[in-house]
Amino acid sequence: MNEQEELKEVKKTVRPIRGVIILTGGSLLLLLSLMLAVSLGAADIQLKTVWQAIFQFNPDLQQHQIIREIRFPRILGAAIVGSCFAVSGALMQGMTRNPLADSGLLGLNAGAVFMLACCFAFFPDLPYLYIILFSFLGAALGAGIVYGVGSLSKNGLTPIRLVLAGAAVSALLGALSEGIALYYEIGQDLAFWYAGGISGTSWNHLQIITPWLLLALAAAMTLSHPITLLSLGEEVAVGLGTKTGRVKLTASIIIVILAGLAVSVVGAVSFVGLIVPHIVRWFMGYDYRWIIPGTIIYGALLVVLADLAARIISPPHEMPIGALIALLGVPFFLYLARKGGGMV
Amino acid sequence: MKTIEVNKIDVGYANELIIKNLSISIPSNKITTIIGPNGCGKSTLIKTIARILNVKGGAVFLEGEEIHKVDTKEIAKRMAILPQTAEAPGGLTVYELISYGRFPYKKGMGSLRKEDYEYINWAVDVTGLTEVQNRAISALSGGQRQRVWIAMALAQGTDTLVLDEPTTYLDLAHQLDILLLLERLNKEEGRTIIMVLHDLNHASRFSHYMIAMRDGEVVTDGTPEEVMTCANLQQVFQIDAHLARCPHSANPICLSYQLCQAEKASACCSINSASKAYHQTASG
Repeated sequence: MNEQEELKEVKKTVRPIRGVIILTGGSLLLLLSLMLAVSLGAADIQLKTVWQAIFQFNPDLQQHQIIREIRFPRILGAAIVGSCFAVSGALMQGMTRNPLADSGLLGLNAGAVFMLACCFAFFPDLPYLYIILFSFLGAALGAGIVYGVGSLSKNGLTPIRLVLAGAAVSALLGALSEGIALYYEIGQDLAFWYAGGISGTSWNHLQIITPWLLLALAAAMTLSHPITLLSLGEEVAVGLGTKTGRVKLTASIIIVILAGLAVSVVGAVSFVGLIVPHIVRWFMGYDYRWIIPGTIIYGALLVVLADLAARIISPPHEMPIGALIALLGVPFFLYLARKGGGMV
Repeated sequence: MKTIEVNKIDVGYANELIIKNLSISIPSNKITTIIGPNGCGKSTLIKTIARILNVKGGAVFLEGEEIHKVDTKEIAKRMAILPQTAEAPGGLTVYELISYGRFPYKKGMGSLRKEDYEYINWAVDVTGLTEVQNRAISALSGGQRQRVWIAMALAQGTDTLVLDEPTTYLDLAHQLDILLLLERLNKEEGRTIIMVLHDLNHASRFSHYMIAMRDGEVVTDGTPEEVMTCANLQQVFQIDAHLARCPHSANPICLSYQLCQAEKASACCSINSASKAYHQTASG
């Protein structure tokens, strides 16, 4: 075997080929599901019309209007939300070595919703740009309380204990949000956040979200190597020269931004961040340089499909997307919890 | 030449100092072993040397530079560590895990270059993992896993290796296997090895230099000949040891032992019986 062949042989073992196939396949699937999602719905639209709506837009045609003003932002919103939740889940799982980490299960979503309720109650006319800032703040608050409560326990933080703390804190913050909603009569405004609907997404929202999203995803990618090392354990990571403090802080900020963004669009949807990283790991291995891009694509895919299903199951009514994903998520959670929180 | 100088360090958790004002030097190109009873601070010391724990006072110097102040990535190019509780995600392959040893030399996403592959392949080879390199870690035995961690540390290409109880949880054969590997790395490549071991006889057989600790202090240090004495073992472990000679290294080993009774402290460590066994073995 000459040197070149030897190098090839070796490279195979770090699984890039498989990874590339799965990423490309996922991208194609995502594209396909995006097209399906645009054409299917309460009003079925032919793919040809979709094409025309993009490239030969005619403002007089109602279908073109539906596509441009309602479906596109909604579906892009779904994709963004999926990526955000999934990447935040992957980062949390890798950083804390907790296989049960998810922004919904660990209180970030409830915290963000709570802050949104406060926004609606006290600053009803706040522009969306500021609303998402409060959403970030809320996510950080939720996570902070959960970790605070969790670390009160004598025997330290275990995955299950954190999830319990997350459930308790989520219940409390949820109750507070509802109380605020009732007292200030903003229940309707909040309703779609609770249920997790993407139908309210507008171009305006997407415009504000996109820079945050790109920034956070790019940062997540640059952290993917150190996160992989952290997933081997703190001491190993230190030994390899990882600046663990800095990595953890940056990752926490990214997690809060991603979860906050997603909640500001869709509300408190749990389990996306739990399910997607596990599935991606199953296919692509345990290196976060693959897991992060994988979760971006497959997270988007999951939520786009869930949103599509929510619309076509019983038209013209819509199922709450959060409930649909919970149908998948709860059994998955039970399976992982039963496995005893194996290593991430 | 000393690789590591520990200078009057204070280390501890919260308000309780585990190590107070401890100073020690670790010789270059030698195998150094820290021994001591549970809770004596040996793990704390080695973690501080490995910069996993911070010092509250004093300093640790690696080749003359203060280890807690130099860029941690630069330290990782000179010193590799194997923590006591290293546990990898089971789905990682052997090769992947070993390749992470190259992280200190990486920028950005850290794709591997030719030089990196050479280091990794060498590490795989020297630890005898060639045949299992594409397997998942979860499919390996405990001994093989420990080899994978050592291989990862070797891929770091450092002159110094720090290992916290590398033989714990392994059976007798696998313990020896790991120690022989470390001995070879020291002999053939002159690597400085610092480790914590529980097994006194292993420590004596494989070390050039031993450090015996108790209650956060160094009780005694020196060659196995100097450290493995009846009086020292009594002081460090509160045991009445019967010493003999290791047929492989000719260093002292502990044949068997009794617990010291506090009230009979003076009667403890019967030098006569110990030296009798000692001389018997030595002459026989």
